[in-house]
Parts: sequence; structure tokens; C-alpha cells
Amino acid sequence: MINSIYRLVSPRVISVKYEDIGFNEKIIVKPEYMALCHADQRYYQGNRDKAVLRRKLPMALCHECCAKVVYDPSGQFNVGDLVVTIPNVPTKNSEIVLENYRRSSKFLSSGHDGFMREYISINKEQLVKVCDGVPEEIAAITEFVSVACHAVNRFNISAHRRRDRIAVFGDGSLSYTLCCVLKKLLPSSEVIVFGKDQSKLGLFTFADERYFIDNIPEDMTFDHAFECVGNQASANAINDIIRYIRPQGNLMLMGVSELPVPVNTRDVLEKGMTLVGCSRSGREDFLTATSVMSDEDVQNRLSVIITVFGEVKSVKDIHSAFNMDVNNPFKTVFKWGM
Amino acid sequence: MIFAGILAGGTGTRMNIADLPKQFLPLMDKPIIIHTIEKFLVNSEIDYVFIGVHKAWTTHMNDLIKKYLSAFEERIVVIWGGEDRNDTIMNIIEAIQKLHETTDEDIIITHDAVRPFITPRIIEENIKAAKEHGACDTIIPASDTIVISEDGKFISSIPKRGNMYQGQTPQSFKIPLLKKVYDEITEDEKSILTDACKAFVIRGVPVAVVMGEPQNMKITNMTDLKIAEHLVSAEDLKLD
Repeated sequence: MINSIYRLVSPRVISVKYEDIGFNEKIIVKPEYMALCHADQRYYQGNRDKAVLRRKLPMALCHECCAKVVYDPSGQFNVGDLVVTIPNVPTKNSEIVLENYRRSSKFLSSGHDGFMREYISINKEQLVKVCDGVPEEIAAITEFVSVACHAVNRFNISAHRRRDRIAVFGDGSLSYTLCCVLKKLLPSSEVIVFGKDQSKLGLFTFADERYFIDNIPEDMTFDHAFECVGNQASANAINDIIRYIRPQGNLMLMGVSELPVPVNTRDVLEKGMTLVGCSRSGREDFLTATSVMSDEDVQNRLSVIITVFGEVKSVKDIHSAFNMDVNNPFKTVFKWGM
Repeated sequence: MIFAGILAGGTGTRMNIADLPKQFLPLMDKPIIIHTIEKFLVNSEIDYVFIGVHKAWTTHMNDLIKKYLSAFEERIVVIWGGEDRNDTIMNIIEAIQKLHETTDEDIIITHDAVRPFITPRIIEENIKAAKEHGACDTIIPASDTIVISEDGKFISSIPKRGNMYQGQTPQSFKIPLLKKVYDEITEDEKSILTDACKAFVIRGVPVAVVMGEPQNMKITNMTDLKIAEHLVSAEDLKLD
């Protein structure tokens, strides 16, 4: 079957590449809904180092996708099942290093084609069935939720057991999704959010406390913290966390920064803190995410940050979706109608 | 139920270079017709794919199905094509009616075997349009100016290009409606039919349109095949 792959060949230029898909041992799925993330937008706008763009393009974007099974020789899925596609592809096993940190793993939409294709021929290990009742436009952001689940999983392994108050710095999509996951997976912990945008912070109605970063009470304290800010602003967030966190607290770093970030290491040492970097996710995190998302309250909360572009039926529509996303502070999701 | 009718009755005379009919020529190491059929098989709305093949090539077609599409054999039916395109469609409908007692809602999506670049969107929109309107055709805006010459020597007229479209396939219909329209037209009218939609237009029955794609090209001669081969093998343009 001649399959179209919609690849970014240079910033804001998309070209179609054809491949032959055969009916072999792999499963074939058809993308239904996709979501854009900052990484996609950075490639699309050309806001990456030129050497990186030269090395990675042409490449199909998008690693957040839900799809329907159209062919499964393994019998694991039924035709028509709604599944989410895992962009992380481990190529080697390790008992020490998780699949999303292995240098040998591939990540689809970073150096390898992402999911902007008519059909996807994929290994069964890269698919997880979506729980019944989850709307497709919400299932589209499962990968994003799995990143939050991954961070919480690493937190559970590495943080000391007093978890009464957990801080989340940032008021964007990642912070919001992480708070949803924390309230679900650690229900006895208080979640305290720190942000700077009144309208965005206003959406965190389910958080136990909310503060503006320029008006943090002097007596503020918490046991552990997650940083979801990224870029230059992450320096202030990290140093605020170091200032207010209790001794031996965990700082989970989740925000991506293109440049080095200055950190007050003196106080990190003094407080005996643990800094844990978290990036991407693996199959186990997808299983946790689909379970978390089966909760209707979680679905309702996630729907607040989702803006549905509509249906992408042409290359022109792909450009329109990216252009809409530029002015969307949260998640842009679209139906894939190619 | 929804049926695909793949029209592969040709014997390859226009290709003029090979003994194989054009739908059996390879593209990406696979016969063109197999690429086309696969696109319909992965659409879960489509129950069966009927293939109308010239009598002399049915065994070859069956061999190809065994080789490439064995997982789908129960959803594929190969039948003899007719004298022309519309005959082949009617043969397919007859075969469908032997398999299944058709209802007013049953749909056939007819498609040229030599258009392997068909997209899922075009198929889905054909199904939707046929369900809503009873009949639909797939078209793309004409990029060249269309010129009418009645005698082939001088221009008779040049229609407004904005109103001009080129017909592609699929053409999709509610089966009983197609049969009724086809049965009503005269033998003279039948002799000038280039496709099934024209029968509807002659009878004043509305035909909805679905936008096709430029790459949904018909591979009818060597130039087309070279273009198709270039399309599938071309590297992406890198623009700095």
C-alpha cells in the first residue's frame, strides 16, 4: 500500500514522501487525533539550532497520537480498537536504564518520522489500548499525560516518604497535567501550584493552594517540588524551589531549556536535596496514563486545556493548525483526516 | 453494506510497451492493482472488495491475491469484467446481488485499479457523500485552461476555468439508485457514456462532488508510470 508521510523538510515547508506498507507481522493503525507539543512547534518554526535542523529534517512531526487499528495479524487488538501510539522505540534491553533514557532508543518525531502519516505500521509493543469511554480528542494527549506519570513514578522511587505538601512550579499544560496526575496518584498529598498568569492559574481549581511567583509567602514550605517551567524562566523557579523546600526534598526537573540554567547549588548541598531529571516516557508510563485517564473527572479536567483545531484534511490545514497553536497557551489537538 | 468495485477490465493496449495490462505493472516492487486494493481493505467500513478483471487475467489476479493479500481473501471477490467500464460495474453489481440481497442503503465505491495513490480521506468522503446524496464523483480543479474544439482544428469555445474540474475516481453510488438510472438510459445514451456519473447527469439525477488530490493520478501510459515511479522514489526537497 502506498502510504503518504507528511514531512517537515525545512521550517514551515511540508512535503509528502511515499513508502510502501506491507501486511506483515506489524500492526497497521490509522491516526485519528493528534496533539502538538512545544518540540513540534520549535521544529516547525525553525527555533532549533541550524545544525540540529540540518541533521533531523526531513522528518514527520507529532508524537502525540491516538489511532484506530485497521490490521492486526497478532490478534492482540480488534479492528476498530482505539489505541495510543508510543513514540519511544527501544532497540536494546537494559536492567538499569529506562527505555526513554537509553541512547540506543529511537524517538519518533526526533530524528525519526513522527505520526503525521496516512497509516502507521507499528510493533504491538508500541500500542496501548485506550480505556472505553475516553473521548478521542482527550486520548490524543495520552503521551503528554504519560510524561507526567513517568515523573510521578520516578518521584515515588526516589523521594523520601513524607509527601504532605508537593509544589508544582509553572502554570502551563505540563504543570496542569502533572497536577491532574498527582491528585489522582497521590491523593493524600496537598498540591500547591506557583504561576504568574492569573487566567492560567485560575484553571487549577483542583489544586489545594495557588500562588503568584512574585507574591510567595515568606513562611512557605513544602516537602518536594516539580519544576515545569523550562527555558530561561526555569532559573528563577528552580531557585525559588531551593529556597522554600524542606531539607532532603526532591526537585523533579521537567521543563526543557535550550540554554544552561544557573542553579544555587550551595543551598542544594546545604539542604541535601535530590535533583531528578525527567524526560519523555516508556510503555509502563503509558499504561499508567491510560488508567489515570479512564477516570471521568480526569477527562473533564484535561478537556479544559484542550483546544480542538478541527479536521486536518490537507497540507494547508497542517500549517493552519501550527499557526493556531502559536497563540494557544495550552494544548492544540486536531482530527487527522488525511 | 459497503462494497468497493475495482475496475481492472483493461488489457493494456494504451501502455503500448508491455504484454501485461497496466494495472499489473510493478510500482515499488508490487503490482499497481495490489496497492490500490490494499487502500480499500484497510478501510473497516468496507465489507467486500470486488475486482472486475478481463476474463483472460482472472487466474493471474487470483494468484496475486494469494501472494499479497492472503490475510484478506474472504473479503475479496474476483469477477469477469465487461465490454466497457459500465459493463464491468454492472457485472460487479450483479455479483454483489448474488452474494447479498441489496437494500436501498447499500453502497458501491467504484475505483480505477490504476489509481494507487487514492487517499483514505477521499474514500471516507465518498462513503459519506454517497450515503447523503446517493451518488458522488471525485474531482479536482482544472489547472490547465480547458479548450473546446468541435472539429479538432479550431477552438469552438473556452469555458471559464473556475468552473472546470477534472474527473477522477472513486465514483460512488447507492446500488439500487445506480441500477435504476442505468436501466433507464437508452442504448444510444449508453454508447456515449464515459463513466457512470454521466448516466446520472443525462437523467438529471444530482451527483455530489468530493475533492480529489492531484496525486490520485491515473496511470494510463508510460509517462504516467514514470511520473508515479518518480513520486515514490523521490527524496524530499531540502530547502535552506
